[in-house]
Amino acid sequence: MSADPSVPPAALSGEVSLPEKLAGVELVRSVRTPIRLEYDFIPGDASSGYLNAFADRKILGQRSPVDGAVFVPPRGVDPRHGAATPDYVELPDTGHVGGFCVTRLPIPGRDDLEIPYVSAWIHLDGADIGFLGLVGGIDTAQVRMGMRVRAVWKPDDQLGRTAENILYWEPTGEPDVPVTAAGTNAWHAKQAEGDQG
Amino acid sequence: MRDIAVVSVAQHQEKALTHTTEVELMVPLINQARGAVGLTQDDIGFTCSGSSDFLAGQAFSFVHTLDAVGAVPPISESHVEMDGAWALYEAWVKLQIGAVDTALVYSYGKSSPGSLRDVLSTQLDPYYLGPLWPDAFAMAGLQARIMLESGAVSEQRLAEIAVRSLNGAAENPLAVRSSAAATVDHVLAEAPIADPLRPSDCAASADGGVAVVLAAGDRARELCDRPAWIKGIDHRIDPHQPGVRDLTRAPSAHKAAAQAGAGDDRLDAAELAAPFTTQEHILEVELGLVPETAVNASGGALAGHTMMAAGLMRIADAAQQIHDGRADRVLGHAASGLYLQQNLVCVMEGE
Repeated sequence: MSADPSVPPAALSGEVSLPEKLAGVELVRSVRTPIRLEYDFIPGDASSGYLNAFADRKILGQRSPVDGAVFVPPRGVDPRHGAATPDYVELPDTGHVGGFCVTRLPIPGRDDLEIPYVSAWIHLDGADIGFLGLVGGIDTAQVRMGMRVRAVWKPDDQLGRTAENILYWEPTGEPDVPVTAAGTNAWHAKQAEGDQG
Repeated sequence: MRDIAVVSVAQHQEKALTHTTEVELMVPLINQARGAVGLTQDDIGFTCSGSSDFLAGQAFSFVHTLDAVGAVPPISESHVEMDGAWALYEAWVKLQIGAVDTALVYSYGKSSPGSLRDVLSTQLDPYYLGPLWPDAFAMAGLQARIMLESGAVSEQRLAEIAVRSLNGAAENPLAVRSSAAATVDHVLAEAPIADPLRPSDCAASADGGVAVVLAAGDRARELCDRPAWIKGIDHRIDPHQPGVRDLTRAPSAHKAAAQAGAGDDRLDAAELAAPFTTQEHILEVELGLVPETAVNASGGALAGHTMMAAGLMRIADAAQQIHDGRADRVLGHAASGLYLQQNLVCVMEGE
């Protein structure tokens, strides 16, 4: 082996020589080895509770046993502390936009989604983290952090055990949540209040 | 070298976890392992895990499972796409360096959502063997045939190993296949599923997880009445391409055992992670185990094989025997890859 790393090994520096009987045969330049594996995904206890509740037009979160923070969707654990979260909390279908993005590129397979569309972190009233949703019923240029929204549900006869029951989130017309208390700031604002109280 | 010991273990295993995610599985186990020695994550110097995205069917699945640890404020953490025994090795090295005094090691595997027999094909080379998608049992059957025809083992001996597992597992609530009444005649009467392998020759697939706490020196003595001191630990590897190997042997297991000092003194117990009776036989030979050593009192991996955790579970089972005072010197073994390609041996002693 050469001590100089910029000099390729001898085996790679010369011409490739083949046995005579392989002379003229086209070299293999690549092979295709397709892989396909199928899985039956199991949502688990917490997510099952969450998805089942959607069929009844309910949104469930879970409460941290450590400091009472409410997580939605629930994962069965407060990930900050590794503590199990067995207690469900029913949340209203109202909240505010904690952050948003206007997208002008189509998503493959989502022909139903008109562009531009607005995806947003929806912070439900009573929840301490946001979850993802679409914002509709408003001009994209008017969407703002802190804007109050409510869920627009599919008709009752189309409800399933899925978060897709919520078509999008529309403005309620209520006064905005101040940006200093919107989104992830909400948790910090609440903690500061608690410290003062 | 620092004195490092396994001071706490917690594990769970069942045939199929149909209602819990990997996170929901690991939350109680990690809390149990830490809690039993009065530690919280704040007291843990290093955290290391082992698992496989090919079982979970999603990329970076181990990152989700960190939710079960509690990583706020940020922790020092690592992961291996290997059986958790190799995560334990990494943590042992970290402790040897001396930067930390405690470590949390965990691993888990939930193979039930997919087809493990197919998933295992993805560990083969991608050019020659992988594209053939050979069934994992068929691959093991090829080895078994070579072993029987060459006289490396007898059908009688394989059946004895199967019975040892079935009988031992009857006392183990975590085993997913057991039978106190099983005999060699029963096993030999089974119809082969991957001729010459019979159902009892092949490990019973399981879902599960295991968490272990390691501590160094006086910290270990504070935390545990009888720490399982790691006296030797080593892992070795044989060639990946089975065509270049003698499939009746596992030289890497022999070397790892020698490096770990397995034969330096009497072994009261050995816990082996072999997914087939043929491979358990190879390990007994390569590790030089003698009749005085109780092999797989728990039933071993044959009685419940949680992919990615079976090895760390064996080390946990062996350590538990030191903690309980049932044994003074034990061996825990882990394997990975086709035909015991990679082997790890961990020798532990009580004081």
